[in-house]
Amino acid sequence: MQVANKLTPFFENLNFERDDNTMVINFGPQHPSAHGQLRLVLELEGEQVVKAYPDIGYLHRGIEKMAENMTYNEFLPTTDRLDYIASTSNNYAYALAVEKLLGIEAPRRAQVIRTMLLELNRVISHLFFIATHALDVGAMSVFLYAFREREFGMDLMEDYCGARLTHSAVRIGGVPLDLPEGWLENLAAFCDKVDYELEHTYEALLTENRIWKMRLEDVGVISAEDALNWGCTGPMLRGSGVKYDIRKEEPYELYNELDFDIPVSDRCDSYGRYRLYMEEMKQSTRILRQLIPMYQESEPQLMAHAPQYISAPKEEIMTQNYALMQHFVLVTQGMRPPRGEVYVPTESPKGELGFYIKSEGEPYAYRLKCRAPSFFHTGLLQKILVGTYIADVVTIIGSTNIVFGEVDR
Amino acid sequence: MRKYVPKDNVQKKAYYTDRFHVVPRVPREKVEEGSHFAQVVKTVGADAQESYIEIGQLVLHIKPEDNFKVIKILKEQCGYTQCSEQSAVDYLAKDNEFELFWQLLNVNEAKRVRVVCRLKKGLAIESIVPLFNSANFAEREMFDMFGIKVNNHPFLKRILMPDDWEGHPLLKTYPLHGDEFASWYEVDKIFGKEYRDIIGPENRDPAKIDIEDTKRFSRVGYEVPFGAEYNGDQEKEIEYSETLLVNYNKKTSKTLDERR
Repeated sequence: MQVANKLTPFFENLNFERDDNTMVINFGPQHPSAHGQLRLVLELEGEQVVKAYPDIGYLHRGIEKMAENMTYNEFLPTTDRLDYIASTSNNYAYALAVEKLLGIEAPRRAQVIRTMLLELNRVISHLFFIATHALDVGAMSVFLYAFREREFGMDLMEDYCGARLTHSAVRIGGVPLDLPEGWLENLAAFCDKVDYELEHTYEALLTENRIWKMRLEDVGVISAEDALNWGCTGPMLRGSGVKYDIRKEEPYELYNELDFDIPVSDRCDSYGRYRLYMEEMKQSTRILRQLIPMYQESEPQLMAHAPQYISAPKEEIMTQNYALMQHFVLVTQGMRPPRGEVYVPTESPKGELGFYIKSEGEPYAYRLKCRAPSFFHTGLLQKILVGTYIADVVTIIGSTNIVFGEVDR
Repeated sequence: MRKYVPKDNVQKKAYYTDRFHVVPRVPREKVEEGSHFAQVVKTVGADAQESYIEIGQLVLHIKPEDNFKVIKILKEQCGYTQCSEQSAVDYLAKDNEFELFWQLLNVNEAKRVRVVCRLKKGLAIESIVPLFNSANFAEREMFDMFGIKVNNHPFLKRILMPDDWEGHPLLKTYPLHGDEFASWYEVDKIFGKEYRDIIGPENRDPAKIDIEDTKRFSRVGYEVPFGAEYNGDQEKEIEYSETLLVNYNKKTSKTLDERR
């Protein structure tokens, strides 16, 4: 092994100069279309990729290790940092896993608010995808328009929980706050806005755009078998013609009561995936509209009643001695779930986000494994990049929609 | 006498546990006759040493040497065409073994199975990459995090940690803030070993407060010019304000020796 220091950096014994016609190039980790911290070592023959080797770990923060050293409630804000484009879906996936472990269910209103936040988050995340993907491919103006709408979505999030990116708006057992006044009207307006802009701006700009189609059609083709085999989930799987959406197949929260469709594309290429994202946003606004009357019909309780695990409401803590004592124990020691293991999959905007939690009855999780969709989509790059041209590499990375917060964890 | 700290598990522990605290168990249900899972258990046959349903998912306990065989049966005969996740749990302190699990998904039935096995320390497991390519990255991560070797893996190499890293971060023996090697890693990398004395080990506790550092930390109760040399805490008069009485003096305040 080399002795690496500042003057002779460590290149993992890569030989950049080859005798044959091939060339090795380093894509990232600081490349603007590397979506964060992806380092891709590409072996090229002319302009064609012969071998691709995704090198990850530049954003590794040891979140799974941290989970073993934090109480369950302490860890929740850390999950924001997994997929930082859609933090609520991480918070929710984690909270749901712990709730399943505890055997509790959030009250109706909390469920409505959570589903609202999840879908709002999905719209925000998909808008971000459209923006950055178009920017990677070269359509600058879409980026500006999509970020405008995303900003409105983030304003809604800010109105609810005070944060724009790292929401932590979901708690184990419910949500901390009720919706502020006028939020639902703003949400309805946001849905109208998104629907209008989808049709009149993004789709008008992209769907039939000649350059966009040339760049995306038949680029990054993944067969259904490959998609399953490589662990693709979410739009990557549905873009290959496999109709599997966890919201529909293994419903959680209110998804079994809501009326929405699962868009599928059998094109298997980047263009099909792009159409899918657009369609999913429409379905999300459809869900959001259905949730507004559901909210109004629900009872005002926000946190589940499970005194052993979850603190009582503030008025009870302030008035009843025993509730205060339990609250004190829960804050200082943390909740102790029963011994057991659980794996809970949820449909995050990127795909299947699952949390495996092994509990030994301690206030700290014995093992927490975060099944991040982007991790497996990054693994797939070594398969789908082979044989493509260097100009398409950026398109393919863009259409996999990987976020390095959850790849490296 | 120093307090005894177990060396085989240095992760955070509950500082107080009630004497009468009984840990309940998540209910394990029997596999119902005639269900999809009963069919799966029947197909796997005697290789499944124990099978039950835990929170809606079938759990199959197998011998570590059977993993490829069982997962192949699950894939080819039971329709479990996706391996969602694969990793391990460290039970070295208790049983000197790892618990490995594979999380499989049947897309047509929307059912999930978790295959679990116990692997003795130092033994290797057979790779399932020929069946599921998604295990490629997952097994590499397991190797990186726990040091579990995987036989017949196409490219078993560290994935999240640097290639020249020592130690496996998710082991229970590995401290949260990293070990001795971790604190010197970047110093050696960027400046070289010869600069160790000048630079000192890296502080890997992001919340550490250096009392002598006047560049990044302000004093409580009195001001010190930026970058001034630290010469002990100076006592200050009690400050009165209209709303609250503030006494920052050392006599009443307590400084912790280390983070809790």
